[in-house]
Amino acid sequence: MTLLAVSDLTKRYRRGGKTIAAVDGVSFAIESGETLALAGPSGSGKSTIARLVLRLVEPDAGTVQFDGDDFLALKGAALRARRARLQMVFQDPLAAFNPRATVARVLDDPLRIHAIASGAERPASIAALLERVGLTADLAPRAIHEISGGQRQRVAIARAIATNPSLIVLDEAVSALDVSVRGQILELLLDLQARERIAYLFISHDLGVVRAIAHRVVLLDAGRIAESGDARAVIDAPQSAIGKALVAAAPRLNSTRP
Amino acid sequence: MSPLRRFLRRPEAAAGAIILGVLFAMALFASLLFPGDPQAIAGPALLPPFQDWSLPLGTDRLGRDVLAELFHGARTSLAVGLGAAAAALFIGAVVGTLAGFAGDLVDEVLMRITDAFQTVPSFLLALAFVSVVGPSLGVVVAAIALGAWTGPARVARAEVLSIRERDYVAGARVIGMHPLAIAFREVLPNALPPVLALSSVIVAAAILTEAALSFLGLGDPNRVTWGGMIAEGRTVLRTAPFLSIIPGIALVLTVLGIYLAGEGVVETTAVRRSLS
Repeated sequence: MTLLAVSDLTKRYRRGGKTIAAVDGVSFAIESGETLALAGPSGSGKSTIARLVLRLVEPDAGTVQFDGDDFLALKGAALRARRARLQMVFQDPLAAFNPRATVARVLDDPLRIHAIASGAERPASIAALLERVGLTADLAPRAIHEISGGQRQRVAIARAIATNPSLIVLDEAVSALDVSVRGQILELLLDLQARERIAYLFISHDLGVVRAIAHRVVLLDAGRIAESGDARAVIDAPQSAIGKALVAAAPRLNSTRP
Repeated sequence: MSPLRRFLRRPEAAAGAIILGVLFAMALFASLLFPGDPQAIAGPALLPPFQDWSLPLGTDRLGRDVLAELFHGARTSLAVGLGAAAAALFIGAVVGTLAGFAGDLVDEVLMRITDAFQTVPSFLLALAFVSVVGPSLGVVVAAIALGAWTGPARVARAEVLSIRERDYVAGARVIGMHPLAIAFREVLPNALPPVLALSSVIVAAAILTEAALSFLGLGDPNRVTWGGMIAEGRTVLRTAPFLSIIPGIALVLTVLGIYLAGEGVVETTAVRRSLS
């Protein structure tokens, strides 16, 4: 079943009298339980698409159907309630949390806002969330800036799954992590998807990571779709110029030294 | 080194802290050291200072104890200064946060109101307000806050404009937090430090404004105020100048102490930020 259907999404910015289309007529769809990757060089519009889909930025044209409803038509309280089903994990986990927050407060917010657990149940729910992402409950009272980057991204994932979403937008969610932690976080994401059938919109410039996690990939260039299809097929044999350039530029672990 | 010790190592900060400490002690122990009404007659009229050691700073035109008046006046000055600054910072932070966070029409309306308040000299505003509503401590505090909240509002708005673009605000929207909750729980606490840095200037200005209002006879008539004491002494300025000079010195020292301590706090936190 189609979970998210985006068609003809367009966003223009005016800069110094000129109008630049950051996203220009982009269409794609995500099935439930599927991972779709948006890949492309810097400035290709992938993060803008993430923000448009989440209604953090309003598009100039196009439609976004989520769970069968017109997501762009929702307003106020109805939009806030529907946001429970559509979550996001940001690139820099330190910037994504209020600098004054503790782990417990970060996880308490979605549970309280969407009335998922009553006040008395929340400490237990927070502990359960931390365990679902491979952390221990004793992390709860710690301040966000005190824990490691990998732990922080796990907390961000815990916050995203707190409301049992059907889709999570991962905007360069593993790009800021070091290689060993990156592997663990990808493992966690695959594990969560297998257990709870969450769909991912996975935004990345790293084709190696995309090949490892995504079912399908959409390659973007200057706000337009350059190429799309099965992730392995596209990355192993890119047809578009930008696809070839991205694959050629990607570092390979298994490449033989000359 | 602890922040407190780093603060006290600055000579100007230490001086400010001592002056403020003395001021707070005066306000705190005023009714303990000088029980009863400070406006009651305590001895012969116009007794010069350092003559009678039961009345060390002498007496005024009506025979009231100047030292007792000075101590009780410290209470009024501190109450008005802190009360007006707290009210001004509160109003300013709320208005600035709403304007900066809501943007568009709300921003325009709130900032034009702020402009309107800023163009009227704050002392005239306080003067007009007190003359209309009538002098009492609460009214004086409100009148001074009315002219002082625009600065904090502008600073808070500027800070909120930068904070609202951060990822954690987007994150709060993604989890479905209400915009007002985002503004006041996520944004405002992080916008406060530069707003609070204004507090020493506002407290000092509020104390001076209160003194000026009292000097013009628009202070709370049931309380001793330094401005009122200066006004009272003015009629006998040639024969007993000490009656105006003593509360004048108290006023100067207080304002100086608040500035120095405030400057010390700002400098100390700036050092800490550059170190970390």
